[in-house]
Amino acid sequence: MERETAFKKEMFVRDETNRQEAEKISRPSVSYWSDAWGRLKENRLAMTGLLIIVLLLIMAIIGPHLNEYSYYEQDFAKKNLPPNAEHWFGTDAAGRDLFTRAWHGARISLFIGFMAALIDFVIGVLYGGISALRGGRTDHVMMRIAEILYAIPYMLMVILIMIAMKRGIWPIIVAMTITGWIPMARLVRGQVLQLKESEFVQAALAMGAKMGWILRKHMIPNTFGPILVNITLTVPTAIFAEATLSFLGLGVPAPQASWGTLASDALGSILVGNFYQLFVPAILISLTMFAFNVFGDGLRDALDPRLRK
Amino acid sequence: MDLSSEPSSSEKKQTLGVISMWKYTFKRFLWAIATLWVIITVTFIIMKAIPGDPFAKDGGLPETVQKNLHRHYNLDKPEIVQYGLYLKSILQFDFGPSMKHRSITVNDYIKKGFPISLHLGLQALIFAISFGLILGVVAALYRNKWPDYASMVIAIIGVSVPSFVLATFLINYVAVQWNLLPVATWQSWSHTILPTISLAMMPLAYIARLMRSSMLEVMNQDYILTAKAKGLKQSTIIIKHAIRNAILPVVTVLGILTTNLVTGSFIVEYIFGIPGMGEMFVTSIFNRDYSVILGSTVFYSAILIFLIFIVDVAYTWIDPRIKITEEGS
Amino acid sequence: MEPLLEVEDLHVSFKTYAGTVKAVQGVNFAIREGETLGIVGESGCGKSATAKAIMKLLPSPPAQYERGLIRFQGKDVLKASEKEMQSIRGKQISMIFQDPMTSLNPTSKIGKQIMEAIVKHENISMKEARQRALRMLELVGIPQPEKRIDQYPHEYSGGMRQRAMIAIALACRPKLLIADEPTTALDVTIQAQMLELMKSIQEKMGTAIILITHDLGVVAEMCDRVAVMYAGQVVETGRVKPLFKHPQHPYTRGLLKSVPRLDANRKAPLQPIVGSPPDLFEPPQGCAFYPRCSYAMRICKDYAPKLEKTREGQYASCWLHHPLADKTKWLKEGMAVDR
Ligand SMILES: Nc1ncnc2c1ncn2[C@@H]1O[C@H](COP(=O)(O)OP(=O)(O)OP(=O)(O)O)[C@@H](O)[C@H]1O
Ligand SMILES: [Mg+2]
Repeated sequence: MERETAFKKEMFVRDETNRQEAEKISRPSVSYWSDAWGRLKENRLAMTGLLIIVLLLIMAIIGPHLNEYSYYEQDFAKKNLPPNAEHWFGTDAAGRDLFTRAWHGARISLFIGFMAALIDFVIGVLYGGISALRGGRTDHVMMRIAEILYAIPYMLMVILIMIAMKRGIWPIIVAMTITGWIPMARLVRGQVLQLKESEFVQAALAMGAKMGWILRKHMIPNTFGPILVNITLTVPTAIFAEATLSFLGLGVPAPQASWGTLASDALGSILVGNFYQLFVPAILISLTMFAFNVFGDGLRDALDPRLRK
Repeated sequence: MDLSSEPSSSEKKQTLGVISMWKYTFKRFLWAIATLWVIITVTFIIMKAIPGDPFAKDGGLPETVQKNLHRHYNLDKPEIVQYGLYLKSILQFDFGPSMKHRSITVNDYIKKGFPISLHLGLQALIFAISFGLILGVVAALYRNKWPDYASMVIAIIGVSVPSFVLATFLINYVAVQWNLLPVATWQSWSHTILPTISLAMMPLAYIARLMRSSMLEVMNQDYILTAKAKGLKQSTIIIKHAIRNAILPVVTVLGILTTNLVTGSFIVEYIFGIPGMGEMFVTSIFNRDYSVILGSTVFYSAILIFLIFIVDVAYTWIDPRIKITEEGS
Repeated sequence: MEPLLEVEDLHVSFKTYAGTVKAVQGVNFAIREGETLGIVGESGCGKSATAKAIMKLLPSPPAQYERGLIRFQGKDVLKASEKEMQSIRGKQISMIFQDPMTSLNPTSKIGKQIMEAIVKHENISMKEARQRALRMLELVGIPQPEKRIDQYPHEYSGGMRQRAMIAIALACRPKLLIADEPTTALDVTIQAQMLELMKSIQEKMGTAIILITHDLGVVAEMCDRVAVMYAGQVVETGRVKPLFKHPQHPYTRGLLKSVPRLDANRKAPLQPIVGSPPDLFEPPQGCAFYPRCSYAMRICKDYAPKLEKTREGQYASCWLHHPLADKTKWLKEGMAVDR
């Protein structure tokens, strides 16, 4: 009321400029990916996961070269040494340097993890994509086959195949991917079908958009989110499966080392009190599982288009 | 009031729905059989693919066992006949003799080890489901407060730490260093505690995470608001409306979780020295006792496939919504 | 007569990680027993937030009741405890929601969902509650209630579900029913049946109704009075007929001009309101409608107008009604629409 007295006649003059402001676009349109990245960056847990993954990758590359020992060189004068100034993580029952072996193991484990994820991805996209795009009988038959294979208990199949093959990195990868691609194929098929039917693609087609444009603008961003998440979560699953295989004596053959073989070798020397030998591979496996899982979860949240604001 | 514009087609749908449910169940059963057949075939192929004659005398097999094996696998007959006979013997629940221990059959192993494994597995499953659900619900209800963080820390540890690591740490600290619980062998109930925890941790973590997100989603649904608008107490809303609906997605993963539990039991039984089927399986892998490996694989697969079939079918009966949507497929 | 419900200067905001959404920023209205009040406004203007605030149904966090007063039968709702609220919800005030497909629990039988409310508020046996639920289903026009009572929501059609929702809401004969866009999700013929049903039940039970809608036609048909909301505020309120005939706020006039009318010999073409509603994170200092108003004055940019009486029984918040205002354009374009 006090302010009312201050009102002057000229304040009530028509204002023609108001509409211009209404035309302004308030929010700059951000692309799908930078938007998702922005949200991912805010998720501290996921970023911690990403940081750990990057660090592990760096160490897998440079770690084995950080001291003068090799992963296979045995020195029986120095077996079962606890961590010390020379052998930072100690030595194993054959006197091999555990620091070098741990990072050599990182190479093998991460390689198996990424390779399995990549192969699952390629087969899955091809199988699921063809199934969805062909449709009809082809789709029906392909999906029934996938369904039957999917019901096979995964680890049993992997173990079974490893039994028939020689031990080695590639046999492990093959055993893991032989049924491992199915979830990816089902995911891809679902996504593609959904997009094929979805209104915005129909609308884009009706408006005369080119298929390539639709692929780039709609299909890839919308399909790729869930696929990327799936890839991220396949890596730790494969690393984990490899560790289980190693435990069953079906892992990479000596003198090669993976985290799994390091851990299962260490199990033997626990009884004699060399607990530290298990510590390093156990921590590394757990850290990797943790990192990929939280990063994958964060990615899923960040890429979910429903959360866009 | 004119109701003619709202004909109720749901009656027809209802009966149709039940018929289609049976059809669906039957179909799923056929798929389960097909999967099992694939596995049996794979085991047969693998047996053939193992380099050399796995039952050859230089493999160190005693004559009698070798003969038994040859008879069991009919190695003297053409392969297609061998395959047929192999299928037949499996249908009769006859997995043949062990290659390493004369006069012991795979069936003997299963009979001895399976009850123990079943006990451990069920105990772990019950533990995982009950605690997983509780943690998930608590985490969702106290979202972004300390109970949520605490539950999710447990869940993250659960998915991150492999069971053999957890098992060794538990043995080393709880059993050996602090002497709180007994381990090794399978005598009293207290012997079962640590193996159960080691085995249950991963599915527990998985259920907790799934239940949390499922609860959060359900709590956001309109019907929860409807329940609240009726004046119901928060506890009634959570128990009668939220949990009931949130639990459905958890049911769907039970099959997969049990499969993981079985794989986990190989390792846990071996580490804890539990004389179950898992330990026997691991030992047979170490010994390359092929007939035991293949036989138990078929046995495990049959159980798991049957279980997944039950879970899938049960789900469609539990969730009243599915009856109609399943019609077409 | 003392109003059944009074809302005064209600402010509600949502604290989100992106900032504070000031969803309701000064809402005023009142409703008497047995009356029907319409609330209209564009999507996102805070209609649902206001409605849920009345029953304290907003999730908190993120919702916060910043200031204002909600008085129901003389009782300050905002100060009531959760326990007191539970005895009001469903018994004194009930609510039905926009989407009947999602507002019923899919895994619980319809009958159970009705009985739940009855058993909670009234000291009667399950058997009696079931009888009551049957009568309610009959009242809302569900055929074969004895059979329908034991069915699940997915066995009901959309219209029947909304009828079931009404049955739940009215099971304890509340004084006030809040219907938040009860017909938006239904197709047109069923919409009409629904409104018909609500009207007939109101006559039988004497329930007051707050009807939230986008549809001015529905308001004209159903309501005694109307409150027009814009950007979290009530910008105009009054009796429906005079208000629609002589809107006193440019936004109300804009709304009326932008709806097609089947009946009248319409001279003026449809005129949509240009622009979009303001950002509720940082609401403008002056009149929220300023950027879209065709009668804006300089004062509107910096000073927010207050809700003031403009005609008998009609209130609007607009500087045009200030004695110093230049009303020529407003009067020239004045709508002589005959409703
Ligand atoms: N839980 C919430 N968290 C954050 N913001 C919210 C929440 N609920 C509502 N809002 C915001 O409050 C504002 C008002 O929402 P409200 O649902 O009341 O709109 P409305 O008028 O009912 O719109 P409609 O006609 O679309 O239903 C919107 O800007 C909305 O984004
Ligand atoms: Mg609304």
